[in-house]
Amino acid sequence: MNRYSPRTLALEVVMIAVAAVFAFPVYVLVNLAVRAPSDTSSPIAPTSSPTLGNFAGAWREAGLGGALINSVVVTAASVLIVLVVSSLAAYPLARSAARWSRGTFLLIMLGLVLPFQLASLPLYQTVRDLGLLGSVWSLVLFYSGLQVPFTTFLYVGFLRALPRDFEDAAQLDGATPLSTYRYVILPMLKPITVTALVLNAVSVWNDFFTPLLYLSGSTQQTVPVAIAGFVGQYVSDWNLIFAALLISIVPVLAVYLALQRHIINGFAGGLKG
Amino acid sequence: MQGRRHAPPWWFTLPALLLFAFVVLLPSARGLHYAVTDWDGLNPDFTVVGLDNFTAMADDPDAFGAVRHTLVVAVAITVLQNGLGLLLALGVNSAIKSRDVLRVLLFAPAMIAQIVTAYLWRNLLGPDGAVNSALGAIGLGGLRRDWLGDPDLALWMIVLVVVWQYAGYSMVIFLAGLQSVPKEIYEAAAIDGTGPVRRFWSIIRPLLAPALTINLMLSIIGGLKLFDQVYAMTGGGPGHATDTISTLIYKEAFTLGEFGYSIALAVVLTVIVAVASGAQYTVLSRGERAAS
Repeated sequence: MNRYSPRTLALEVVMIAVAAVFAFPVYVLVNLAVRAPSDTSSPIAPTSSPTLGNFAGAWREAGLGGALINSVVVTAASVLIVLVVSSLAAYPLARSAARWSRGTFLLIMLGLVLPFQLASLPLYQTVRDLGLLGSVWSLVLFYSGLQVPFTTFLYVGFLRALPRDFEDAAQLDGATPLSTYRYVILPMLKPITVTALVLNAVSVWNDFFTPLLYLSGSTQQTVPVAIAGFVGQYVSDWNLIFAALLISIVPVLAVYLALQRHIINGFAGGLKG
Repeated sequence: MQGRRHAPPWWFTLPALLLFAFVVLLPSARGLHYAVTDWDGLNPDFTVVGLDNFTAMADDPDAFGAVRHTLVVAVAITVLQNGLGLLLALGVNSAIKSRDVLRVLLFAPAMIAQIVTAYLWRNLLGPDGAVNSALGAIGLGGLRRDWLGDPDLALWMIVLVVVWQYAGYSMVIFLAGLQSVPKEIYEAAAIDGTGPVRRFWSIIRPLLAPALTINLMLSIIGGLKLFDQVYAMTGGGPGHATDTISTLIYKEAFTLGEFGYSIALAVVLTVIVAVASGAQYTVLSRGERAAS
């Protein structure tokens, strides 16, 4: 089977046509981002004399430099914290059959169903009372807790499927639980850690609702908030807006293209659990 | 059995539990309390008003509309995104030469921030946007319109954008399911002369059940919580034609200062998400058992 038949050729043509439709918005995005504001021809007509001026303007006006740094800090710190606390918690949750363990697991899994709006509005008040509004550290705190259920879920599922032989051997050799976690469990968790890292990083990096609440009106902004502010300000200057959108997409797409094989497999594999 | 084996200590769960409790659990519980008050978000003095916020919802056409839009959008996204995702997965799982490139390309939109793709599409769907230009270029100029300005169409345009962004995501999960089908089964079926439809229905479909469960859960929960796309593309308008529960929650809290009412809406959203995912989980896990 799987020979390249006329039927396969027909499928190939159809699939490439579908992909072209999917890619059409990206073509328009790039096309308009390199177009001078004076050029008012159709948005689908290829730009005759492309310019990079919009990018310089968007970079300056949208404050994307600072926003990128904030986004990197928030994403890196939140993801690091959530990976450490979730993998640590997953170890007893996956290995102990005691009642407290099952109860704790169910309690944490409750977080998968609760919509973040329910928690983030009351938390807004706490963050304000702590004087953390407008600070990216409020976001690090928020994501570190918010991402615990999903990450713990991934780790527990993965760990339950692993044999106990290595950790039993380590314990017989006199290893403490903490050093067993550090030197036996953590290395075994590496594949799911990569998946969890990517999934968490994507959702933290792209989140808009929470930074909109906690950072609005401040000078500290993440990329999605900076973009929204910029669009609001330059509402009709779409060449400039598209340049800003493109700048914000490039880091994500660069990471994606570099890791795509891994990301696509990990997404599917990690979610299959 | 190994009597010497001791379970790892309970306090390993403590850091995760404290963070989760501080950020999710306790605020959610406080939310349940605020939902029965008239709190404005600022004033430390507020009174408990019982179920007034919920009965007010029954008389609020905006709240009714938002609930309706949320359900319509969630169902439409779930059906279209997974239908298209499955077709794409079957396509890129075939012997076509471009399949590796197509997988990378079709999944790429899922990596981009929703707020960014939403602003992109807001322009594309505008009166002078690329969609209207493209329609004119292929001789369908009669279909040109202000896609987001039309109250009957705007909600569907939001659905379209979500499906465009996440069909590749569904595709990847279905693809993982398809690749768990052993090659020998395909080959045996091909030798037996089993047609593609029969092959799909009796061999592939049962093995796709776990992927389908995950995909349906993700898309329905994502659809029910929809915020970014609406905020960026229409702001809930024209009028309230595209307001979802999430955008109404935001407006009530931060532009109208109705925190109590807003959180009551969040409670309604919580109940809808819990019921939808609980029902779905029950039905699908029964289906998965039947299929295996």
